[in-house]
Formats: sequence, C-alpha cells, structure tokens
Amino acid sequence: MASEVEEPNRRDFLIIAGNAFAAVGAAVTLWPFISQMNPDAGAQALASVEIDLSPVKEGQAITAMWRGKPIFIRNRTPEEVKAAEAVPLADLPDQSARNDLLPEATPALDTNRIKSGKDNWLILIGICTHLGCIPKGQAMADTKGDFGGWFCPCHGSHYDTSGRIRKGPAPRNLEVPPYEFVSDTKIKIG
Amino acid sequence: MEHTSSYEPKSAFAKWWDDRLPVARLMHGQFVDFPTPRNLNYLWTFGGILTFCLVAQIVTGIVLAMHYQPSAHEAFNSVEAIRRDVNFGWLLRNFHAVGASMFFIAVYIHIFRGLYYGSYKAPREVLWILGVIIFLIMMATAFMGYALPWGQMSFWGVTVITNLFSSLNEIIPGVGTAIVEWLWGGYSVSGTTLNRFFALHYLLPFVLFGIVVLHIWALHVAGQNNPTGLDIKTKSDAVPMFPFAVAKDAVGLFAFLILFAWFVFYLPDYLGHADNYIEANPLVTPPHIVPEWYFLPFYAILRAIPSKLGGVIAMFSAIAVLIFVPWLDTSRVRSAKYRPLYKWFFWLLVISAVSLGYLGAKPAEGAYVTWSRIFTAYYFAHFLIVMPVLGLIETPTKLPKSISASVLRGGSGTPEGAAAAPETR
Amino acid sequence: MMRAMKYGSLAALALLAGAALAPAANAAGGHVHIERQTWSFGGFTGQFDTAQLQRGFQIYKDVCSACHGLKRVRFRNLVEPGGPEFPEEAVKALAHEWPNKIVDGPNDEGKMFEREPKLFDPMIGAFKNDNEARAAQNGALPPDLSLIAKARNVEYTGTWWAHPFSMLRDIATGYQEGGADYLYALLTGYHEAPADVKLSDGMSYNAAFPGHQIAMPAPLAKDNFVKYQDGTGSLDQNARDVSAFLAWAADPSLNARKSLGWLVLLYLVVTTGLLYVGKKRIWASIPH
Repeated sequence: MASEVEEPNRRDFLIIAGNAFAAVGAAVTLWPFISQMNPDAGAQALASVEIDLSPVKEGQAITAMWRGKPIFIRNRTPEEVKAAEAVPLADLPDQSARNDLLPEATPALDTNRIKSGKDNWLILIGICTHLGCIPKGQAMADTKGDFGGWFCPCHGSHYDTSGRIRKGPAPRNLEVPPYEFVSDTKIKIG
Repeated sequence: MEHTSSYEPKSAFAKWWDDRLPVARLMHGQFVDFPTPRNLNYLWTFGGILTFCLVAQIVTGIVLAMHYQPSAHEAFNSVEAIRRDVNFGWLLRNFHAVGASMFFIAVYIHIFRGLYYGSYKAPREVLWILGVIIFLIMMATAFMGYALPWGQMSFWGVTVITNLFSSLNEIIPGVGTAIVEWLWGGYSVSGTTLNRFFALHYLLPFVLFGIVVLHIWALHVAGQNNPTGLDIKTKSDAVPMFPFAVAKDAVGLFAFLILFAWFVFYLPDYLGHADNYIEANPLVTPPHIVPEWYFLPFYAILRAIPSKLGGVIAMFSAIAVLIFVPWLDTSRVRSAKYRPLYKWFFWLLVISAVSLGYLGAKPAEGAYVTWSRIFTAYYFAHFLIVMPVLGLIETPTKLPKSISASVLRGGSGTPEGAAAAPETR
Repeated sequence: MMRAMKYGSLAALALLAGAALAPAANAAGGHVHIERQTWSFGGFTGQFDTAQLQRGFQIYKDVCSACHGLKRVRFRNLVEPGGPEFPEEAVKALAHEWPNKIVDGPNDEGKMFEREPKLFDPMIGAFKNDNEARAAQNGALPPDLSLIAKARNVEYTGTWWAHPFSMLRDIATGYQEGGADYLYALLTGYHEAPADVKLSDGMSYNAAFPGHQIAMPAPLAKDNFVKYQDGTGSLDQNARDVSAFLAWAADPSLNARKSLGWLVLLYLVVTTGLLYVGKKRIWASIPH
C-alpha cells in the first residue's frame, strides 16, 4: 500500500520534470530569434571610424557618419573657444557635460567637452536632443542661432559654440561621442 | 465530436470573458476534453508534429525575411550575409532550410498512415481532401522558397518547372508560352520572377495555416480514426485528449526534434545541392538539374512518360488521384490491419513511391527509365485498379467488437470500467 | 503489425531522405572516385584546427590569390573566433599590403578612387570583374573561392544497391566534408596525361576534375610547394591545409554550430526520455 501512496508523487515529479525541461528548452530557443535583430557582424565592424581632420580649416566644419549618425566636427576659431569658455555654468539649462567618456555628473564646462590641448576641435553627435532633427550650423551659409553654434529648425533650439543647449525646447546638450586622437590630425570615433 | 465540456471559468474575469467570447471554452472542449481513441499509436503524433513544422517555418521565415533581400542582385549576397554575419543567422537559415525537408518527411508519413488505416473513408472525405490541398500548397510554397537563395539550382529548377506549363502549347498553340511568360514576368526567369516568388512564399504559409484550421475542424467533427478503423462507440473507447494524447504527442514531437536537430547542426547541407552555393547564372546550366528530394517521386513520374504534355499530366494526376481515394476504395473495412491482401499492396505502393524518389535523382536514361515506368504504372494502378477491385473481392479478417475490446483482448486484466473513468489530475 | 509498420516507415523515411543526395550524374564526365580524408572539423565533435587554418591562409595568399578572389570573406573574419584567429594588428598590416585595392567613392570631386582595404572590407581578388579575369586567363574564369568548399561535392561511385546504405552511413556520421575532400583530391590530382587522353591547348590533366581536363595549371607540385614559417612543407600538407582553410571560408560558423549542436542533442534526448517516462505514467492504468 505504501508504494501506492508514493506513486503519485513520483509520477508528478517525472511529469513536472519533463514539462519543465520542455518549457526551458522553448524559452532558450527564443534567444536566437531575439538576438538576430541585434546589429550583425557587418554593422559591428563599422562601429568605429577614423576621420582625417587635416582638410578642415579654422572656422570650418565637416559632417562625418558614425553608426548611421551625423558627427559634427568643427574647427573653432579662438573667439568661439573664448565665448564657449566664458559662459557661467548657471546660465546653462543642462549642466551635464554629456561626454560619453566622462561621468554623467561632470559639469558642462567647455573643457569637459573637448580634449585638452585640442581646444579648437569640437566633436559632437549632430542630433538635436529634443526630437532627433539635425541642427543647422555646419555650412558657412547656415544660420547658427542666437549663440553662434547650431540652430535646430524643427522647434527652434539654440546651441552655443560648445554645442550646449541655451534656448528652446531641447532638454540636453549635444552629445559628445567617445573618440580619441590617434595622431595629431586624425580621430577615431567609437 | 459531441461530448460534454468540463470547462468551468475559474475567475470572475474568466466568467465575464466566457459570456462574451467563449474561446477558452472552445479550446478546452476541442483540445482538453476532446475524446481521442485510446489505441492511437505514435503514427498519430504526426499531426501535432506537422503543426509544429508549419509554425516553426513561419517563425523562422519571418525572421529570415528581416535580413533577406528579394532581388536578383542581392538575394545570394543577403543569404550569405545571413550565414556569416547575422547573429545566429547560420542557425535560423539551417533551421528553415532543413525544416522544409522535415516538414515533408512528416507529411509523407502522415499521408501513408492515412492510407494504411483508411483515414480517408467516410465520414472523413472532406478532411482527406483538405489534406491533399494542404499538400499541394506545401509543395508550391517549398518550390518558391527553394528559388529564393538564387543559386544555380534555384534558378534552373525554376526554369525547368515553370517551363512545364509550356507543354500546354500542344493543346492550344501559344497558351503555354503565354502562361509561362505570365509566371516569369518576362521572357526568361529573372529578378522579377524572384520578387513575385518571394511575395507568394511569404503569403502561402498563412493560407496554409487557414486550411490547416479547417483540416483540424473537420477532424474534430468526424473524430480521429484509429488503428482498428472502428468508430468510438462507448466512453471506454476513448480517453480525453489532455493529458493522454497530449503526453504522447509531446514524446513524438521531441523524438522527431532529435532527427531535426541532427540535420540542422550536423548535416545542414545534406538535403540541399552543392550547386546552390554557386550564384545563379542564366548563361550556364548545371550538368544535371535535380529538384529537392521531396519532389523526386513526382519528377520521376514526369520523366517516365515519353511525351512532354503526357508527363506533365501524369505528374499532376499523381497528386490529383489522391482526391478521389475516398471513393476509389470500395472496401467496407477501414484499416489495412484487417485486410490481409490490401496490406501487401500498400507496401508495394510505399516501395514504388520510394523507388520513384530514388529514380528521380538518376539521369533519365536506360534502365532507370524502364524502372520509372514500372513504378509509375504501379502507382496509378494501385489507386485506379487495386483499390476499387480489391475492396470488392477481399474477405477482411474478423474485426474486434470495439476499440476497447481490441486493446483489452491482449488481457492486461484491467476491467473495462477503469478506462471509462480515466484518472483526473 | 505496428512493429512492421514502424520499421517500414523508418526504412521509407531513410530512403526518401537519402534519395536527396542521390548523385547528380554527369553523363558527359562520368563520376570520379574521390578518397575521403580525415579532417579535424569532420564528425560529431569536429572543430577547425587554428594552426592549420593559418597555414592554409598562407597557401591561399601565396598561391591562390594570384587569380582567385575570396570576396565573401572579410579581413575581420581572419581575426574572429572560430577561424585562423590571427592577431588584429597582423591582419591590419596584411590589409595594408593587400595588392587589390577597394574602389570607393565618389569623393567630393565626384570621382571614384582606390583605397587600401580596412578590416571590414572583403578580400577581393586580382581582377575587377569576371570579364577581366577571363580575358587574362585565356577565357577560363578562376572562380571566387569563398564558397568553393560548399559548391563542390563528391559523387557516389559505388554500386546502386549499396547506395542507400552509403547514404545512411553518411547521415549517421554527419558527413559534410565532400567539398574539402574534392579540393584536396584536385590539388593533388595533377599527373601526366595517360597516353589515350589528348589534352586541348593550355589544359592540364587532373585525375579528380570531372572530364579530367582542367584550365588551371598545377598550382602546387611535388617540387614546388610553399614552405611554412618553421621550414616544413610538402605538396600533400599544402593541399590539406588550404582545403581546410577554404572549408572554413565557406562555413565560418562551423565551430559554433558543432559546439552548440551536441548540447542541443543532449537536451533533446534527455527531454524525450523524461517525456516518455511521464507519458508511461499517465497511461499506466489505461491499456492501449
């Protein structure tokens, strides 16, 4: 009789184990179906780009592409650098440096948004932090907004010569991508 | 099948929902309480396996379509990108390609099981015909899917098979050519053809899904056949689908997945052809064009007939004849288990079909053609002569009184009442 | 009966499945028997031998790449796991020296320009397109080798009645190395033409090639082979290594596939067993 009492337990255990195995297998099988939508090896291989800065003269800007996003590269004039450095932190709506290589809490001083010794080079992800438009200000003829940097035509955000938001609906400063100088005139983004 | 539903909504919400859209009640009635004959063997798990195959092909197919580019320039490259660069792309692509073959292995077993146990006989004629339609759409879908990698065998397979329609020129001159050009969207197979094949290859599985629902509906109206071919007469002949049939289906499915996985991981290219790793080239025909293995028996029938139009007619008739099987078989007994003579003819049919598959891969010359003709002749004779005649002259062996009698005769000593009230969990 | 039915359907299934690879007979050339080799990447637990792939790449670079491209393989693939796994710096240097430049552009002046390949670029061959290749090679096209190990296979050459058994054996052992076997046989198959074979102009005799007349002159020979960095080398070793390398080029995910494969199979066997025992329990009180 004892065995008959035990029987259901053993039976339940085996059936539950079988079902659990099948369920875990089904769950694990989901992973390839989810993972396939991640960037593939071809896209990952393009995750970092090298850009030659030598053709960019003082006061000029170029736009490069990195991971499908426009990268604003501006060779700032000494006046623009001075203007950017002179802004007190209190005047800034967003006080974080938004530099991908620095912690979130870093203050939005111009020195925290460039590489020291390369003060003239400002490298930014050229996407307005409001709703993702591309601000104007790269071409010579473009309007550069009230603060001499960039102006987003979609909803009127004004960025200064350090790419910081000064006026308008955008909540954050233009983001500084992770980059480094691999030589004096060459940067590697990503 | 008529049976009482034991569905009782467990929560207030379920009750509220049940009064408005009793889908849970329907599912419970059809897939939990549904009475299944207690004597089903593992061959009856292939219905569930096939449902899995269809769903798996749809899911892997949708995922592959996220990376595939249906153009003559990019199709081959994008398949290679899937194999090389997409995360788990190699796995998904192998799964889908091998999955097509597994689908056909399962469907052939399913069809021959139906033929052996007389699952097509009244009242299951509509169920059977829906099955034949599913088989046809499956073949169309697989054929168009094989075109998509745009390798040499894809391209030339499409060229050869679509050209079959040009044989209609022998009936009304010009009609065949017109149809072929309409299929191609040009004067030869081209990127245009590839694009429409992709559109249809994506669409047809959903059509298939709809017909499968009808197929299952028809099955649940007539009830499942079983190895004895007898109807369910008393409660003791059946067990509820859950957990009994479901537990068996799960074993069958996982055992099938072992074979499936073996091919996906260790023989991904075995069922394909090396030439399909060469990009399609309209100027170079491969020395020997073979269709996918699951079409080989029909391909052999096509080539067994010396005339082009005749071959095409024979090939399509080989499928069409299946539609009439419910009326061609004149026996009053369903299951071949109780038909001492028919049994042998059934295995002759299996041998013919397998041999035709083998011959379909051989060049159409010499003894291969002779044998193709012999087996083709038997294939048609089986349905058109053996089935009607044998049913009239054969004396079946003694049938058991009922399904439960057939399983209890061996004598496990369990009283009949035990099955009448199967344990509930 | 059920038993007979089971075996019958198994046999039918096996034959149906096996018929898939029934040889694509080449009526003109006839079948050439190709010996099967032992490969590190063959069978159930097979994986590529990194050192062999590195040696094989050297053969490709020093010999094959003069005419044959490898356009579906990118430089970064040489670094990635499961392949030759060269150090990244070495591959960057290799790309820097690669003689075949990438055509890029248009630049700001609207001109196309040539540049050095980068890690993400394909390893293109010496010819800009097939027509240029044909023009340079006496009308014969040296095929791109990225998929050659998959695009070639060995044909069954035995008796017809043994064919199904041969198929079953291949299925049971997971035989997928036909392409590598063929390439090895081809590279070691250059001989003096037998007296009764009349070679066309510019053709060579090859025992493994269908029809035996091949436009490619012997790339390796008994007295003309590539020496590896350690000073060793032979025609046989060169052929073996480059065949392995090309097998990788055609199937770079093999290592991942086979190492995941046995885990999946183990899982399926265990789960099937558990479900079977569970099913037995559920049906225990019901004769069927």
